[in-house]
Amino acid sequence: MTTTQSILNGDRLALARLLTKIENNAPEGRDALIELFPHTGKAHLIGVTGAPGTGKSSLVNQLALHYRKVEDKKIAILAVDPSSPFTGGAVLGDRVRMRDLSGDEKVFIRSMATRGSLGGLAQSTANMTQAFDAAGFDMVIVETVGAGQSEVDIARLAHTTLVVEAPGLGDEIQAIKAGILEIADILVVNKGDRPGVENTEKALKSMLELAHPTERIFRHHGVAMKAETPKQNTNKNLWIPPIQRTISTEGVGISELADLIAKHATHLRSGEGWSARERIRLQVEIEALIQESLMNQFRQDTSKEKYDEVFEKVFQRNISPWEAVKMLMNGRLK
Amino acid sequence: MAEKKIRVLVAKPGLDGHDRGAKVVARALRDAGMEVIYTGLRQTPEMIAEAALQEDVDVVGLSVLSGAHMALAPRIMELLHANGQTHVKVFIGGIIPDEDLIRLKEMGVTGVYGPGASTDDIIRDIQETVTG
Repeated sequence: MTTTQSILNGDRLALARLLTKIENNAPEGRDALIELFPHTGKAHLIGVTGAPGTGKSSLVNQLALHYRKVEDKKIAILAVDPSSPFTGGAVLGDRVRMRDLSGDEKVFIRSMATRGSLGGLAQSTANMTQAFDAAGFDMVIVETVGAGQSEVDIARLAHTTLVVEAPGLGDEIQAIKAGILEIADILVVNKGDRPGVENTEKALKSMLELAHPTERIFRHHGVAMKAETPKQNTNKNLWIPPIQRTISTEGVGISELADLIAKHATHLRSGEGWSARERIRLQVEIEALIQESLMNQFRQDTSKEKYDEVFEKVFQRNISPWEAVKMLMNGRLK
Repeated sequence: MAEKKIRVLVAKPGLDGHDRGAKVVARALRDAGMEVIYTGLRQTPEMIAEAALQEDVDVVGLSVLSGAHMALAPRIMELLHANGQTHVKVFIGGIIPDEDLIRLKEMGVTGVYGPGASTDDIIRDIQETVTG
């Protein structure tokens, strides 16, 4: 039986091996993905990101448990941890928090190291989610590393992005900075039993109100009076990221969170949202592949001697890196 | 650009709660450029075999200080084989009497390490068995 057939039939070992090939960027992995691609597009991709130590793994564990118990869904989890920039090695410890899921045939947990290259990571993450999707998993949860560019990449990959916060990590200024909070479809305030949780929620709420002014309701003699709101905000299809408080070690707030995730999926499907995200994801993937192909082409076309010669000129400060590129591209640069 | 890394599952089967050794080894393997999946304490053989399958590892490293190695190791090997992971090499560290060491090796355990074993030796043995 071919790898593709085995994976479509639910062979877990074949899937595990394919994931390794994808991660290693091996040609067999790419061939299998070509065959599997028509079988993708069914899974709900959920990204979970946030600072280190906010409890992402424990939250994913609880969420997956909930989906198994309440909805009987097949769940794949891709948990990413950092590689050492010096040795390339990694300790991948997310499974430690996910032991409750062990022994369940309908759960597949895969740990993955960042392996240094950011673009490459996004690409292999996308491809691994495709493999899970084709293998028939209803939900694919990607848990990112604690920090960095990949947080933003996850929003391009996932249908629904959860940003996990915890009390005591930052003030209102952190909340209005650009970046991670902007990508959230749902904000989770985990460790909700810790002191300061109200402040964290308040900071997030005020951040959201700046970004998405909600319909203002003024009270006049006890009667709610709707005020005029700017046109773009009366758009019923506007998704305002809800804030959900959780205590993932105890499972508090998890079923509410699952409801919000389901609501977000319904919201996306009711409008153009779902297909818009699919488009973005596939465009990002194609662009990344073009970059990689062009780079490979360049490596084939350029001899190492020529490259070293030009590099030496840059190193001696005879030419600038920009001029070096022009020389190496053989006038292909317009 | 194929990039192959040695993937190792480090697990503590059974009921003893001493994981310092497992953590030291995990860290040493990381520093040798391997990807170490650490599963934590009190794993059943089933949990370990399942994790080894999902993670498609080359090596399973077991840390056993409880004396139950003669029960746990064969069971884990059996499950790995049942899952089709016959190529996975099993290494054990812990308090292992000499007579058991021989029997474990006969069962197909690749390496056995007691107190005072050097992490350099473990790294070298893993690299040699996996990359050949």
